[in-house]
Amino acid sequence: MAAIISDELANETAPPRPHRKRRSYPVWRWIILLLTAVYFLIPLYAALRFAGIASFGDVVHQTGFSDALILSLKLAVITTVLTMALMVPTTIYVHLRLPRLRRLLESITILPIVIPPVVLIVGVLEVAPGYLKSTPYLLGLVYVILAMPFAYRSLDAGLRALELRTLVDAASSLGAGWLSTLWRVILPNLRTALLSATVLTVALVLGEFTMASLDLYQTFPVWIVAFDQTSGPVSTAASLLALFVTWLFLLLIVTVGGRRARRTGGAQVDLISVTRRDTVR
Amino acid sequence: MEATNISSATAAGVPGRAASGGAPVSLQEVSRSFGAVRALNGLSLEIAPGELVALLGPSGCGKTTALRILAGFETADSGTVTVDGKDIAPVPPAKRDMGMVFQSYSLFPNMSALENVGFGLRMRKMGAADRRRRAREQLELVGLAAQASQFPHQLSGGQQQRVALARALAIQPRVLLLDEPLSALDAKVRLQLREQIRSLQQRLGITTLFVTHDQEEALSMADRVGVMKDGSLEQIAVPSELYTRPATAFVAEFVGTMNRIPGELASGGQATALGTVTDVQSGCAEVPPGPVDVLVRPENLRIAAIAGGNGIITTRTFLGSVTRIHVLLSGDVTVQVDVPSATATELAPGASVQVSLDGSPVQVAERS
Repeated sequence: MAAIISDELANETAPPRPHRKRRSYPVWRWIILLLTAVYFLIPLYAALRFAGIASFGDVVHQTGFSDALILSLKLAVITTVLTMALMVPTTIYVHLRLPRLRRLLESITILPIVIPPVVLIVGVLEVAPGYLKSTPYLLGLVYVILAMPFAYRSLDAGLRALELRTLVDAASSLGAGWLSTLWRVILPNLRTALLSATVLTVALVLGEFTMASLDLYQTFPVWIVAFDQTSGPVSTAASLLALFVTWLFLLLIVTVGGRRARRTGGAQVDLISVTRRDTVR
Repeated sequence: MEATNISSATAAGVPGRAASGGAPVSLQEVSRSFGAVRALNGLSLEIAPGELVALLGPSGCGKTTALRILAGFETADSGTVTVDGKDIAPVPPAKRDMGMVFQSYSLFPNMSALENVGFGLRMRKMGAADRRRRAREQLELVGLAAQASQFPHQLSGGQQQRVALARALAIQPRVLLLDEPLSALDAKVRLQLREQIRSLQQRLGITTLFVTHDQEEALSMADRVGVMKDGSLEQIAVPSELYTRPATAFVAEFVGTMNRIPGELASGGQATALGTVTDVQSGCAEVPPGPVDVLVRPENLRIAAIAGGNGIITTRTFLGSVTRIHVLLSGDVTVQVDVPSATATELAPGASVQVSLDGSPVQVAERS
């Protein structure tokens, strides 16, 4: 998952590379691709061999498995909804009305990455009111802050790819109010950026360990670690399962959300951007 | 969800409908500052119903600000803007019924050409079937019926601007606003679209404000052209008058090609340059007698090949029916002279020539 995120950031900040000429040694490209694949796939394969297929069945039947998974999914939904509700209007507003604040917002949103999660959660637990501390939803609120850098960057890149000012002016000259403009003009053209923000947020929530553990909630990653102590093959299977579950959900989001985005040829940021870059413009 | 729901817009926008009589537009003493920059400085402008007025000027002269104030995207610091005699200051842009065409990239990328054109009608709660019919008619009007289902990124720049025009016209606006709609296009497409916009505008009889920095565009399309400088109008007149009788030196030099030739202004109102004495056009009263620059268009200069003349030809450019000759005069002054191409053969670079005024009244400006 870490690889997905850093790839994503790299895609976003780097200007699109000029297309290489066809004749530049395709052999080397394949060799590098192969080496990279080996680097990533061998550990996975080794883990699969070690665990054995039967262990996966054991994992699913362990106590706490489904509770932990459901809690993690709930948190993913809450975090995503809250993040979008906060970040989408904020980013659009800053782009349209306060473009000078973009730099500041960028610095603010990077803070959650700079501050170690331990510091953040210890601080939050210190000041959070009791009624929130007794529910897992406090975690959701904290995750919103953690997801902010990724959500902001995706949305910012998506908005920069649009001629936002012109589109908004055009819509309003045609008689559209704010809601119509947002719903019919801005959001459909931000689909790819929204998708990317969602994918990153969900991936973050499904993989976060430190905060959940210190807040004493058994999310899926916490459950896997707690469970790790017992049997070697079974705990390896659990780790692999965590990986696959995350991939499964990301794949789901990309296919469901990406189907229509393809048509619009919208913003450039998403997990499958490499294959799509040619179709944009 | 019937067509009757559309306020003031029920008369079908069918091709070839009679001129509907656009609304008169009036800007009175409109000023607007952005920080320390005074973008508009007491601009007053009247546009008659069905008239196309072009605002022409260098960048930063305030022409776009004027248009955006009329559209409602900016508010004036002072002054009034009326449409059909009513002050529109309190009316938000969405309720002004003004169709606008932007410089570029204004089509909604997520909608087909047909959906783009139908967007304004949808905002007016027109039913889906009527909307589609009307949008299709508008696309036919601009010759793009075959591209109805294509998305903006599948259309060429010229096609995109035609869809944008159809979209602006579909709402049957009271005023049409054109914000440099042709400046992002290549020359040939620009020329075609220029004619198409003008003929549509005349056919529909729609009051239009057109903002451009391209003088050829302004002069060829507009009923009247307003030349702007530093936030106010220097002169507003029909194109031919602007060219032949510019009110100020700025207009004279901004519109068309103009030579500046050192000369003398006598207190009696006559100017001497290149050894010729000529009358001075009215409107130059503010220039005091003494050394001045005389402003002469290339077609108002005479040139003859003479040994030991007052200038030497540096370049000769064939422009079709006329040929433009650059002549270096004494005192390091270069002038441009237009001659009929048939007579230009003997005027080769390097030749010595005599350049003189043709005697028609000239403009004068303070020596630069």
